[in-house]
Amino acid sequence: MAGTAVRGRLTWQTATVGSVTDETPLVRTLALQVPDWPGHRAGQHVDVRLTADDGYQAERAYSIASAPGEPLAITVERLDDGEVSPYLTEELQPGDFLEVRGPIGGYFVWEPAFGGPLMLLAGGSGVVPLRAILRYRRLIGSSVPARLLYSSRSFQDVIYQAELDSDGAEVIYALTRSQPPGWTGYARRVDQQLLAEVAWPAAQQPLAYVCGPTSFVEAVASGLVGLGYPAERVKTERFGATGQ
Amino acid sequence: MSPISRGFHRKRQEAPAGRVPPGQYVTKDFPVLSAGPTPRTALANWTFSIAGAREPKSWTWQEFRALPTETLTTDIHCVTRWSKLDTTWQGVSLDVLLAAVEYDARYVLAFCDGGYTTNLPVADLTGGRAWVAFGYDGSPLGPEHGGPARLLVPHLYFWKSAKWVRGLRLRDTDEPGFWENYGYHMYGDPWREQRYAGD
Repeated sequence: MAGTAVRGRLTWQTATVGSVTDETPLVRTLALQVPDWPGHRAGQHVDVRLTADDGYQAERAYSIASAPGEPLAITVERLDDGEVSPYLTEELQPGDFLEVRGPIGGYFVWEPAFGGPLMLLAGGSGVVPLRAILRYRRLIGSSVPARLLYSSRSFQDVIYQAELDSDGAEVIYALTRSQPPGWTGYARRVDQQLLAEVAWPAAQQPLAYVCGPTSFVEAVASGLVGLGYPAERVKTERFGATGQ
Repeated sequence: MSPISRGFHRKRQEAPAGRVPPGQYVTKDFPVLSAGPTPRTALANWTFSIAGAREPKSWTWQEFRALPTETLTTDIHCVTRWSKLDTTWQGVSLDVLLAAVEYDARYVLAFCDGGYTTNLPVADLTGGRAWVAFGYDGSPLGPEHGGPARLLVPHLYFWKSAKWVRGLRLRDTDEPGFWENYGYHMYGDPWREQRYAGD
């Protein structure tokens, strides 16, 4: 097993909101100041706990958006019927407090030693941990080739667009619901044909990371296996419509 | 003492008393979580095995489905914080399967298609508390939820209910499985909130 076991107890730590950045109309990045943050790896997540003035608490897990070595940041998409995400994306302001515990997860991570080429596949806000990987790759000057296939409802829903387009990776968008005028890129859901056109050939022994809603991850992960990717070279992370 | 998150208030309805462990919330969906592609094994090639007993034991799909089955309704709790109440399953009790072998091991490592493993004490698999489930809500268990068959150990966090289960390896010592190697708790009792090592 390649596990890097974390055997110490993970304790809750107070985080102060440093800055908030609107990424899209529904998505916001929160930079968090955590004095004793132990650092994280690219692709990990963090538990977040909110406490109301009557003592009520709610906990959720969010992918870490910042690269290893950078301060902790999370990117949150607002779900209308949610309890936590509307608060994080609409109410929270710099100087407010929440609690964090982590980092968590050691499988859906990328280290320079893992090599590549990297085939990253994002559905919607599933791009968050993949952005941490791309950011890390750029910050350390890695020469591992990287390609990101990003399925988004529309161009205005693309998170980190300016950064992704200047990250030194190939970025291919599939806009599933609406496209800007003159759009010449993909205008449909990721299907087997699209994957075959975009993904690194299996013969190059790529390492794939797939993150998005379950339907996206199921289709893409099976599709990559169909293209000859060994299952152990396809790492997945899913978020359902969890009523969160 | 947790700091107050200014302006944060409860929006969700309070869960029925005693039904939802600490830190969990109730969902009506059935979210899917797994680390890799969904494996697809033809039933003709499927077996369920118990290794590490005095004699190894293995069932084909047909033999497995000829065993006595139970239908049960239970709550399930995922470490990612969703709980789902009153889920209905069909399966074969681990009491039935383990009664087919002689052993004195205290732990098992469940193994699965796709390479997933998870560790459990034998005591948590016996006494009518664990099943190999092949049906959900009256239908065959779908591949994304672990079909053709998954472990069902509802009193522990749901990563212990290994999808695509193919057998148990009886062991004298408690060795970590897949997620346990990545820092998740060795036992995983949701009522004691044993999410991660050290909890």
